[in-house]
Amino acid sequence: MTDLMMRSRAWDPFWDLQREMNRLFTGVAAPAETFPTVNVWTSRDQVVVTAELPGVDAKALDVSVHGDALTLKGERPEDTAVESAVCHRAERWSGRFSRTIRLPFAVENGQVKAKCRNGVLTVTLPRAESSKPRQVAIVSE
Amino acid sequence: MTNTKTNVPTEKKEPVREAELTIDRPVFTPATDICESENAIHVVCDMPGVDEKGVNVTLEDDVLTITGTQEDTSFEGLDLVYRGYRSGLYRRVFTLSTDVDRDRIGAKISSGVLRIVLPKAEEAPPRRIAVEAG
Repeated sequence: MTDLMMRSRAWDPFWDLQREMNRLFTGVAAPAETFPTVNVWTSRDQVVVTAELPGVDAKALDVSVHGDALTLKGERPEDTAVESAVCHRAERWSGRFSRTIRLPFAVENGQVKAKCRNGVLTVTLPRAESSKPRQVAIVSE
Repeated sequence: MTNTKTNVPTEKKEPVREAELTIDRPVFTPATDICESENAIHVVCDMPGVDEKGVNVTLEDDVLTITGTQEDTSFEGLDLVYRGYRSGLYRRVFTLSTDVDRDRIGAKISSGVLRIVLPKAEEAPPRRIAVEAG
């Protein structure tokens, strides 16, 4: 019975409709649920998080760490550089953002470094001593 | 279609295949604001990771081409664990609708934002033509 249904797709009007609906929803870029998007690099003793934040002033950026959670908060105001203008296109985002990322291990709060270059934020977080793995000596009895 | 500004940005947009490069790096469309004031057209592009050496703005006839190369970040001794965004090249082509004074075009890039100012060409002043007898 199913084989018959599969083969008869060509003339099935509902299959056409379903295919059109599917086509409607693919290719639509879903808005990023969390902003900014980040890349995370790790080694045994370090985590580096990079994020793309063009045009965000270092003063308007708030990077904070608590245990193993890194929070990036900031704001980019609307560009008012051009006055009395007609806008042909307005694609750039503006407003506040806040994102908390869970890191693979707890980090040393005081030694976290963050730098922003060309609109790319790089946060370097060294692993906390207390969270480093320790070799356990096995005593054979 | 209403032009509403949303605070939630979409993911990096990749253009159609025509802009594909021979190098295997993705090509993105930078988010751009275009505003026209009384005497100039302002083009503002978001291109994070691009500095003045990696950006290229050309105006040929009335076609404005903007390309930017993102620095390829990689960290020694570290493994990429989570990739939220890719890095590649930015490219966008615009066709200008008004005449532009090419000598006074200005472009600046800082913290990943490229700002181009295209002053509109002034209309040529009326010239009086002397008529010779003969």
